[in-house]
Amino acid sequence: MIGALGAQSGYCCFVCKWSRPETGQKIKRMSSKLSRGLLIAPLLLLLNGCNLVVMHPSGDVAVQQRDLIIISSILMLIIIIPVMALTVFFAWKYRQSNKEAEYEPNWHHSTRLEVIIWSAPLLIIIALGAITWVSTHTLDPYRPLDRLDASRPVTQDMKPLTVEVVSMNWKWLFIYPELGIATVNEMAAPVDVPINFKITSSSIMNSFYIPALAGQIYAMAGMETKLHAVINKEGVYKGFSANYSGAGFSDMHFKFHGMKQADFDQWVEKVKSDGEGDLDRAHYLDLAKPTTAEPVHYYNGVDPDLFNAVVNMCVDKSKMCMNEMMMIDAQNGHAGGMPHGEHSQAGEPTADMSHGEHSPESAPMAGMSDDGATAQKP
Amino acid sequence: MPSNPDLLKLIFGRLSLDSFPYHEPILVVTFIGVMIGGLAVLGAITYFGKWTYLWQEWITSVDHKKIGVMYIILGLIMLLRGFSDALMMRAQQAMAFGDSAGFLPPHHYDQVFTAHGVIMIFFAAMPFVTGLMNFVVPLQIGARDVSFPYLNNFSFWMTAAGAMIIMISLFVGEFAKTGWLAYPPLSDISHSPGVGVDYYIWGLQVAGLGTLLSGVNLIATIVKMRAPGMSMMKMPVFTWTALCTNVLIVAAFPVLTAVLALLSLDRYVGTHFFTNDMGGNVMMYINLIWIWGHPEVYILILPCFGVFSEVVATFCGKRLFGYSSMVYATVVITILSYLVWLHHFFTMGSGASVNSFFGITTMIISIPTGAKMFNWLFTMYKGRIRFEVPMLWTIGFMLTFVIGGMTGVLLAVPPADFVLHNSLFLIAHFHNVIIGGVVFGVFAGITYWFPKAFGFKLDPFWGKMSFWFWFIGFYFAFMPLYVLGLMGVTRRLNHFDDPSLQIWFIIAAFGAVLIAVGIASFVIQIVVSVMRREQLRDETGDPWHGRTLEWSTSSPPPEYNYAFTPVVYDHDAWWDMQQRGFVRPTEGFKSIHMPKGTGAGAIIAALAVALGFGMVWHMWWLAILAFVGMIAVAIGHSFNYDRDFHIPAEEVIETEEARTKLLAKQA
Repeated sequence: MIGALGAQSGYCCFVCKWSRPETGQKIKRMSSKLSRGLLIAPLLLLLNGCNLVVMHPSGDVAVQQRDLIIISSILMLIIIIPVMALTVFFAWKYRQSNKEAEYEPNWHHSTRLEVIIWSAPLLIIIALGAITWVSTHTLDPYRPLDRLDASRPVTQDMKPLTVEVVSMNWKWLFIYPELGIATVNEMAAPVDVPINFKITSSSIMNSFYIPALAGQIYAMAGMETKLHAVINKEGVYKGFSANYSGAGFSDMHFKFHGMKQADFDQWVEKVKSDGEGDLDRAHYLDLAKPTTAEPVHYYNGVDPDLFNAVVNMCVDKSKMCMNEMMMIDAQNGHAGGMPHGEHSQAGEPTADMSHGEHSPESAPMAGMSDDGATAQKP
Repeated sequence: MPSNPDLLKLIFGRLSLDSFPYHEPILVVTFIGVMIGGLAVLGAITYFGKWTYLWQEWITSVDHKKIGVMYIILGLIMLLRGFSDALMMRAQQAMAFGDSAGFLPPHHYDQVFTAHGVIMIFFAAMPFVTGLMNFVVPLQIGARDVSFPYLNNFSFWMTAAGAMIIMISLFVGEFAKTGWLAYPPLSDISHSPGVGVDYYIWGLQVAGLGTLLSGVNLIATIVKMRAPGMSMMKMPVFTWTALCTNVLIVAAFPVLTAVLALLSLDRYVGTHFFTNDMGGNVMMYINLIWIWGHPEVYILILPCFGVFSEVVATFCGKRLFGYSSMVYATVVITILSYLVWLHHFFTMGSGASVNSFFGITTMIISIPTGAKMFNWLFTMYKGRIRFEVPMLWTIGFMLTFVIGGMTGVLLAVPPADFVLHNSLFLIAHFHNVIIGGVVFGVFAGITYWFPKAFGFKLDPFWGKMSFWFWFIGFYFAFMPLYVLGLMGVTRRLNHFDDPSLQIWFIIAAFGAVLIAVGIASFVIQIVVSVMRREQLRDETGDPWHGRTLEWSTSSPPPEYNYAFTPVVYDHDAWWDMQQRGFVRPTEGFKSIHMPKGTGAGAIIAALAVALGFGMVWHMWWLAILAFVGMIAVAIGHSFNYDRDFHIPAEEVIETEEARTKLLAKQA
């Protein structure tokens, strides 16, 4: 695999070349290559040893996505390279000063050529379309993993790690519900263990992205998105928001640690021992206030219902949870007879569902409280 | 001084002295520059006594040629504004590493990248393509004007009014800090309480109305006003692409208007269409804005495909290869452009089947686009290629656009998009197709039709300078962004920590400087050409040996375009006329019925600026007065029956005889 050559040196060999004094010559040579259309292929080769994390990822999902980029590019280059070469060749051959060249001012149709120029791209797209259909389904971020890497399938006895992610203004909160801990702006996971991410946002839309691990998925308030991934190599990787979310966006990044199981256990212990306390609802609401370049925080305890409350936008207990709201809406506004589970799973919204939320003090919905809909919130 | 706060609020709404950014040195210097420049222009107009000329011959003109020229001037001015934003971004990203915060704090930087996107798409690219269509289409189909000449003037001034509203935001208040599509919840009232998003909304609403009406106008013109004999399948390819573009405009722009209206309701009256809570859903905004947004990119590129088709046939001295397949490809792209919008947000949690569907429809668009590319290629085959400036832009386009097309199809593969979405790879991709396609196409078109509009060619030396600086500058500016995207760098970042990225941003900034030289060369080209206009003069009306009807009339064409409506027998009507031994009629001229200019369009548009300003600042009295004024002028104008006139036969004879003499001199 091309990725295997990738050096994790963190320094890019191509950059070194470019920063030497003879750069000028190289740039010129480079630009003449560009105009001849041999751009992408040599660039990919030249950059192969560099720190191109997308091309040299460390998680199996990202590796498959990288392979797809390479396969698709090669498929398209089959047609792109001849087109660019022919453009330059025809431009040169049929220049006005070349009186040797044939000139047929009225030649404008050829059925044979027409068939070729429509069917050649068509064939490429059929191949690419098939690849797209299959890969989009196998690499669907909502689909649980069935392999750790090309040679190791996921087995029944492997217990995945669940991480609940909340994007906030402007920091990341990670909740480990099974471990009872939470962190801000730092995340860790053991290598070769499937990770199930559940992702939402406290207000503005962000995109949760660790390039070395897997492709991104949006974090959206009132909705839950999912991502399944696995990290195969130990290391410290960059994670960040890939969707602009306001003034503090540029500092909204975190370190993602891929660790051996023993190291991960130690890290969990460290979070527990260094933790600044329990992340309950009051602490969450305080944390959710906008801050920029927030330092790392550890919490040695976390409200087990917190993530659900964030998704349903009712961490503040005076607000009605969206899933309850939706249930009431489904009953045409009559809550009577429906059990008021604190956070029932029935109406748990996901990214492709519409949703509603109700704050009792808001005038337009005030009538709702007559149904007793808000009464169950002490 | 009135000190009653209620009264002040009633008069000025949210506007106060603090709204003026006098504490921002960059803006103060810009403001002084704009003031000096503006006063110089106004002073010069007054000094040379040109106000009446300007009002009668340009501002109130309903002549499609003059309106086309005004659109392009607007596009050029806004290109300069949008490009200065680009230079600031490239400088900021090249500087802001480690401890250095650069020179733009987030508050300013976020406005700059938002303004860059909005201005380049809505107020540079759109006026350019609309201007080209306005100028060329009636000439190409042998018409004397568009179907609704007054509406055309109104459309232009509404576009200019939208640009004006956006420009005011530079010096009064602030612009949106949301990115060019103003996604909620960031753009809703709780997260963007300032005036920036309101400037965005009103600027686009006013300009969008102009664009929509211009689309209606050009469709009617192309469908109803073609010269006798010009069946649909004999229309020039540029006219075909213009028709498809305007169909897209008419179908897509109402969606933009509606979605922005809903956003305004959220912001002004507290509805909850797109808020996080109370049943709102941001996904509705994102779907709607892209249902407009994706056709929009084809609105920009299709007319440019038309330009390249005209240019390549003319400068290869050869009929366009595969006319029918070119037409079908254009129509297929038009239809498919409505079926791909979701590829802009594969990463927002749609299911695998939905993502695959939209990924594959996107890829299918590359089939007709590929066919077009081959058609241009085989037009060059066995041609006699003259490397005049428009042809250079065309070859530059063919080499550049295919790379952008390839990365575009790559981004259409959903799992690949998951790692490339919102990265600088995406930024490189869409600049690759918009600069390589739209900008190169617009410059090719301007250079190609300039002699038709003004009677003299553009200076080729400065044209070639402009081309080469743009072409090479583009590669320097955007190839590093592809690399940075593969290094996992996302867009819209204000500063960076990783020093190994910096070299790439410096190369990109260098590329932006090369492009700046390219733009400067283009401006110099216009100045030099005006000064050397006698040497560059074209008296034949056909300086390039063109093939379509517009080259059969004089340069610049008379107000009425054609003294006699031409009759069309075949493709490339002018070429065909010459082959058949067409003799230009020199007698039998009659008086010509023409539409009369009116100031109503400019007045309504000026009131629209006041309406927008009033709404932005919550100066309700101003908004109400301006709105009532707009309605009153529109109703008043509908009672204006003095809307047409006849150019007397003597004047037509005089004009045509002058041309007969000129042509005789040539022979």
